[in-house]
Amino acid sequence: MLRIGSGAGFAGDRIEPAKALVEEGNLDYLILEGLAERTIALSQKQKQINPSHGYNEYLEERIRILLPILLKKNVRLITNMGAANPTGAAKKIIEIAKEMNLTCKVATVTGDDVLGKINGNYKVFESGKRLRDYEPVISANAYLGIDSLLPALETEADIIVTGRVADPSLFLAPIVHHYGWNLEDYELIGQGTLIGHLLECAGQITGGYFADPGRKDVQGLENLGFPYAVIEPNGNATITKLDNTGGTICLQTVKEQLLYEVHDPENYITPDCIANFSTAKLEEVGKDQVRVSGASGKRKPDTFKVSVGYHAGFLGEGEISFAGISALERGELAQDILEKRLLKSFPDLKTDLIGVSSLHHGQIGNYRPYEVRVRVAALCGTVEEAKTIGHEVEALYTNGPAAGGGARKRVEEVIGIVSTFINREEITVNTEIWG
Amino acid sequence: MEKIKLIDIAHSRSGDKGNTLNISLIPYKEDDYEWLSSSVTAEKVKDHLKHIVKGKVTRYELPNIKAFNFVCEESLMGGVTTSLAIDTHGKSLSNALLEMEIERGK
Repeated sequence: MLRIGSGAGFAGDRIEPAKALVEEGNLDYLILEGLAERTIALSQKQKQINPSHGYNEYLEERIRILLPILLKKNVRLITNMGAANPTGAAKKIIEIAKEMNLTCKVATVTGDDVLGKINGNYKVFESGKRLRDYEPVISANAYLGIDSLLPALETEADIIVTGRVADPSLFLAPIVHHYGWNLEDYELIGQGTLIGHLLECAGQITGGYFADPGRKDVQGLENLGFPYAVIEPNGNATITKLDNTGGTICLQTVKEQLLYEVHDPENYITPDCIANFSTAKLEEVGKDQVRVSGASGKRKPDTFKVSVGYHAGFLGEGEISFAGISALERGELAQDILEKRLLKSFPDLKTDLIGVSSLHHGQIGNYRPYEVRVRVAALCGTVEEAKTIGHEVEALYTNGPAAGGGARKRVEEVIGIVSTFINREEITVNTEIWG
Repeated sequence: MEKIKLIDIAHSRSGDKGNTLNISLIPYKEDDYEWLSSSVTAEKVKDHLKHIVKGKVTRYELPNIKAFNFVCEESLMGGVTTSLAIDTHGKSLSNALLEMEIERGK
């Protein structure tokens, strides 16, 4: 039976659980997902500064830890941590292998970078405007699907490195390859997409991002295990984890993850199909074992979604805290002073009372806090403007309410992301073998 | 009728796509799914989250797994990448839904 493990659910995920999975999971494949929407735009900028950079900053560390055991246990690795530079990542992996006296082959899958293929006339999905309204564009990457990964899987590569690929496709591709599924058998492809969707956030299905003491207790979170799926030829799968790890896999964790970042569960659109999760059946078949079956799907869309990163300005931010019985009143006074000082120049200024109303933009119920932290933020055109936000917060030390403490200020570049669509025939996927 | 909060009988996770937020609602006891479907409507959720949700709320039902999915448009101050909110993803908003008070059904 095919066994696929999920070794990272985001760019900076913990490394130990992936190591344990490779050592003890008897896996066929390990998948490392690490490419959030903005990550690739940031990577593209790094690549512009240094052409050998632009892949995941933790990739080297992950490879040093995982490569010897991947090769020893004969586990193939698939990762999108090539980000803006899968080729650079592959060369680095080969270099690390040589240093460690190991031999491995790496396949790169490129073609997701469509910056040279789109133009200002492309329509922006979110706003209905044109891409030219979002200048300067930094990156444009199409979400590739399983058909782009299959040629690499047919090679002898131990490791497959990609840039932007739809997250579930990273898991679905090895299933399709292993069992020789027909790409147009959308019932199977839909079920396989659900397996990928459930695994793609790693610890989010094993009890990570789930615990709520007294309501949803999770044992051993400090040693949270990552999931793997045991997949049958007909697509039914059992999601489980290693016995000696912390966390839990139960109906509740699987349901939360099944709906995570999903809109219409009957129409979950990927490059491979339009999956239907509403027909899925879940069953607890043992401790930390949930069997998943019954998802289905329809024909894939004719276009690829393209994620476009653009320079949106600079975020200026400042924070300061107040404590004690009148913390709220002094926090509100600070908020009022900052608005009077800054709103003229920054009409979109956002002010928050952390501990009171910053997360839900108000309160549901009425709670009086012991501490309040005032935060102001604005999106600015230049670094200099952005600096004035934090500067005004810091100045509250001697120009604001009594006993403010812990002022902090920060400026960072803001990369906005919008989506557009590109016809499939405009994409050329390249598979290359290194090492 | 006994008043309860959703957090007493259900759990939830929220996620983002652009400026759209989705919040799941999953009863701990699958038997509670039926009466929840009449008491936690899209309209009630929109009203409960009026400080947060500026657009339309659509409720999707998953009777197979006994769960609901509320999709809330224009709810993330522009979306994760350019939002000035402290929780740009709206990850904490599942707890805003779970604070909702309802009358316990059968």
